Amino acid sequence: MHSFLYRLNALLTFSLIILALICGMASFSDNFNTPSPSVDLKVLNVNWFHKQHGNDEVSLTFSVEADLQSLFTWNTKQIFVFVAAEYETPKNALNQISLWDGIIPSKDSAKFSIQVSNKYRFTDQGSNLRGKPFNLTLHWHVMPKTGKMFADKIVTSSYRLPDEYR
Amino acid sequence: MGFIGDTIDSVKSIQIRQLLSQAVSLGMIVTSALIIWKALMCITGSESPVVVVLSGSMEPGFKRGDILFLHMSNDPIRAGEIVVFNIDGREIPIVHRVIKVHERKDTGEVDVLTKGDNNYGDDRLLYAHGQMWLNRHHIMGRAVGFLPYVGWVTIIMTEKPIIKYVLIGALGLLVITSKD
Repeated sequence: MHSFLYRLNALLTFSLIILALICGMASFSDNFNTPSPSVDLKVLNVNWFHKQHGNDEVSLTFSVEADLQSLFTWNTKQIFVFVAAEYETPKNALNQISLWDGIIPSKDSAKFSIQVSNKYRFTDQGSNLRGKPFNLTLHWHVMPKTGKMFADKIVTSSYRLPDEYR
Repeated sequence: MGFIGDTIDSVKSIQIRQLLSQAVSLGMIVTSALIIWKALMCITGSESPVVVVLSGSMEPGFKRGDILFLHMSNDPIRAGEIVVFNIDGREIPIVHRVIKVHERKDTGEVDVLTKGDNNYGDDRLLYAHGQMWLNRHHIMGRAVGFLPYVGWVTIIMTEKPIIKYVLIGALGLLVITSKD
């Protein structure tokens, strides 16, 4: 009844339950953090804009200025941020195109300001981009050390693409 | 003679009862595990509510051996979400992040492009030949929760089956030898 194996089993079960409880509590504690991130996105330049294989494609240079330090808690492993262009076309109710992304590994690097050209191709399904207004949005995904993942976004500037290819 | 025969009979009957109760308790363990798994399937709406990360394509967020909890709701798929998808002709599902979404106005059908955080390029090379986009039916679920290291148990067991048999044997022995 109280053999060695039996005790080992009880000990293992108990420690696993405690570990699971601690993980659960760590994840739950994230709910008490009320972040106040600030973001500024600006389109600086349209590098080129053309139509290829029937699809419009554009290359942009934009600036990202963000302070995401308040998103970090003790249970945060890293934050994945990306800038997406979002717009509507007659065919599609929503087009979301990630233009740039990055991984913020620590709180110290969560306040940054950069100027980049789009890392992924900004290509439409069709040729609807001339004169098209779109929203630049900063999204973030908080990846925890353990437990629930959080995501949110800030929609910033609306920008209008040029009326002609260049 | 009568006395000895009685004792043998009682011993025999005890053993049979004990054996039966052990069989029942073993069955209870197996069925309760099955019930928990199926209940999770119902709650999350995903055919595999928990997946183990097998590759390093999402590092440093997800490492090999971490486990992810999936949820499949009718909410539309949006950029940035981490989805688990199946490609036709590939057995193992892939866990990557959505970077592009095109959602049709009339049908609501979506075209989705994914990429691993740690990969240089997008996933078109991983898709079936000539496939440009993922659609709704490829996607098994989106990752909502994360637990580190736990998946190593299954990785070790699938790679070294002996450990699995030893473990199952030890557990079975424990159930059979326990007397309450």
